[in-house]
Amino acid sequence: MRFFFFHLMPYAPLDLDYDKTHKSAWVTLPNSYYDAKLGADLYNRYLDELEYADELGFEGISVNEHHQTAYGLMPAPNVFAGMLARRVKQAKICILGRALPVLSNPLSIAEEFAVLDNVTKGRIITGFVRGIGAEYHSMAVNPAESHARFHEAHDLIVQAWTRPGPFAYEGKYYHFPYVNIWPRPYQTPHPPIWVPSQGSRETIQFAAAREHKYVYLQTATPAEMLFKYMRAYREEALRQNYEASADQLGWSVKIYVAETDEIAKREAKPHIEAFVNKFLRMPVEMLLPPGYSSIESMKGVMAAKKTITGGARTIDQLLEQGTFICGSPATVRAKLEEYQHKGGFNIVMAGLHFGTLPAELTRKNMEIFAREVMPHLKDRVPEGYRPIAAE
Amino acid sequence: MAVASAETARREQTITVAGCRTHLLRSGKGAPLLYLHGAGGGGKWLPFMEQLATRHEIIAPEHPGYGRSDTPDWFDNIHDVAYFYLDLLKALDLDGVHLVGSSLGGWLACEMAVRSTARLASLTLIGSAGLHVKGVARPDTFMWTPEEAVRGLFHDQALADKMLAAPVSDDELEWQMKNRFATARLAWAPRFYDPHLHKWLHRIDVPTAVFWGAQDQLIPPVYAERFGELIPGATVRTFEACGHLPQVEQPQAFVAAFTAFIGGAA
Repeated sequence: MRFFFFHLMPYAPLDLDYDKTHKSAWVTLPNSYYDAKLGADLYNRYLDELEYADELGFEGISVNEHHQTAYGLMPAPNVFAGMLARRVKQAKICILGRALPVLSNPLSIAEEFAVLDNVTKGRIITGFVRGIGAEYHSMAVNPAESHARFHEAHDLIVQAWTRPGPFAYEGKYYHFPYVNIWPRPYQTPHPPIWVPSQGSRETIQFAAAREHKYVYLQTATPAEMLFKYMRAYREEALRQNYEASADQLGWSVKIYVAETDEIAKREAKPHIEAFVNKFLRMPVEMLLPPGYSSIESMKGVMAAKKTITGGARTIDQLLEQGTFICGSPATVRAKLEEYQHKGGFNIVMAGLHFGTLPAELTRKNMEIFAREVMPHLKDRVPEGYRPIAAE
Repeated sequence: MAVASAETARREQTITVAGCRTHLLRSGKGAPLLYLHGAGGGGKWLPFMEQLATRHEIIAPEHPGYGRSDTPDWFDNIHDVAYFYLDLLKALDLDGVHLVGSSLGGWLACEMAVRSTARLASLTLIGSAGLHVKGVARPDTFMWTPEEAVRGLFHDQALADKMLAAPVSDDELEWQMKNRFATARLAWAPRFYDPHLHKWLHRIDVPTAVFWGAQDQLIPPVYAERFGELIPGATVRTFEACGHLPQVEQPQAFVAAFTAFIGGAA
């Protein structure tokens, strides 16, 4: 099992009673709720936590992108990757991911990633995402063009990284007479591309495609759904005449580990509940703008996501669904072993900070996880494991 | 291309224009009237159509991307749909057409008319989208819940209650989703307008009426004035105690006003 540390950087001092007057922590929550003095300290604390994960021996540390929300304070994740690039000595730096369709110029993303790849001498992992539905409200980008723009921006970026420039790129949405980025990326043929997703069929097919073989990272999902999506990826690979490696499959999950089950649950409860009930809260109109997914997947996602937009959830419900792992080191190890056995993934993207979790508990969580969970599972691989085959 | 002879009976047909199978309601006899529906979709017989069918041939299509019509590959923006409708007028060999557009359909009607009025006798805009007046707040209808979306259309909430109580079939639910997709494609950004349209509204050279509900919550009545200023000779008529859809909320008053306008225009 390979372990990565993931940070969302939520605005933890948020007045959690905001939902008495506002529908969501996204898009329309007035930014007068943000206090810059608290925010400045918070940013530095969060960056310290990411650097600490490097010291603790995680294979990689991860940042991500969200816009105009208290849920995550990283609108430009490459800025954060840039701040970390010169301080983090061992860990890979994962940018999971950039929301390609909501950004106006994909060529500048190709450039930024290439710079980070050079400075870190090939220690970056890039992530390509469409962004969740709310970003289309926040950034006024047409959700009906989301899929088409994603694919075109992806093609443009990969070509910019791999084809000798200058060349012309002629797409439907993006047109460049000169694609000729300086610098070229450090890694050959290009930095790894990971695809975090909530599980849309189109995205799984895209990631598993023979010409991509991108690592598919399942985000916030009940365990049963996770197993289904992991299976879907492997089946898609087989349809494309190859066998997917467990190193192509990852799970992004919130984890809290403490001295005992009882302590872990008591300490995590208010913070994980704030995460799901306050930070994640949004109405379905915000989560799923029209055109963001096909009508068929929209019907499925709407049914599955009633939980995000519906009533409050408790830590017990989250544990029962397997959307959260919490307990003593032995409990957390057993859960991860069970999920790996059933899901067949080899990558764990551990969200060891969530919601309002304070600094001292975050550090304690990271330390116990790194010392009492990771070493025991490091050499554990799913049955029939084989590394990613070279073409 | 099926072009039926004029009959007065209600009928539904599917014709293909620009590769797009298009669902049409047709009824009545007389000078042709092309009705372009709003973002919520068409495909339903409405009382005002029945009343107008006594003196007009009513042609009420579902736009490309909406309801039972196809979503063609070329369906990218409002201009595509405007050219499609100019093709449709030609395909049906219609001349002297009274063009009536409501909300997003009004925007479409404007986009057609700035391109060509050759086949038009008149233009009627009802609570039309298409323009932007800086500094005038408008609700974000893409954030509305399904219930808010119905309530926001009407001044008379009893009408909204009635509409919300009506059963919705699975087909209708699917069309509603399809209609929302199509509306996002046409109107997400800029939100329900074309930043260049205002420059060309002066080209409209057929008699034009601008109808507006005084209590329109979606597009405030200040927009009626703006259309009135930009389209040469346009007359503006406001309906009191009325929301975004005068033709639905006050069909009698709407038909009377329309008939008076056409009478004067003829």
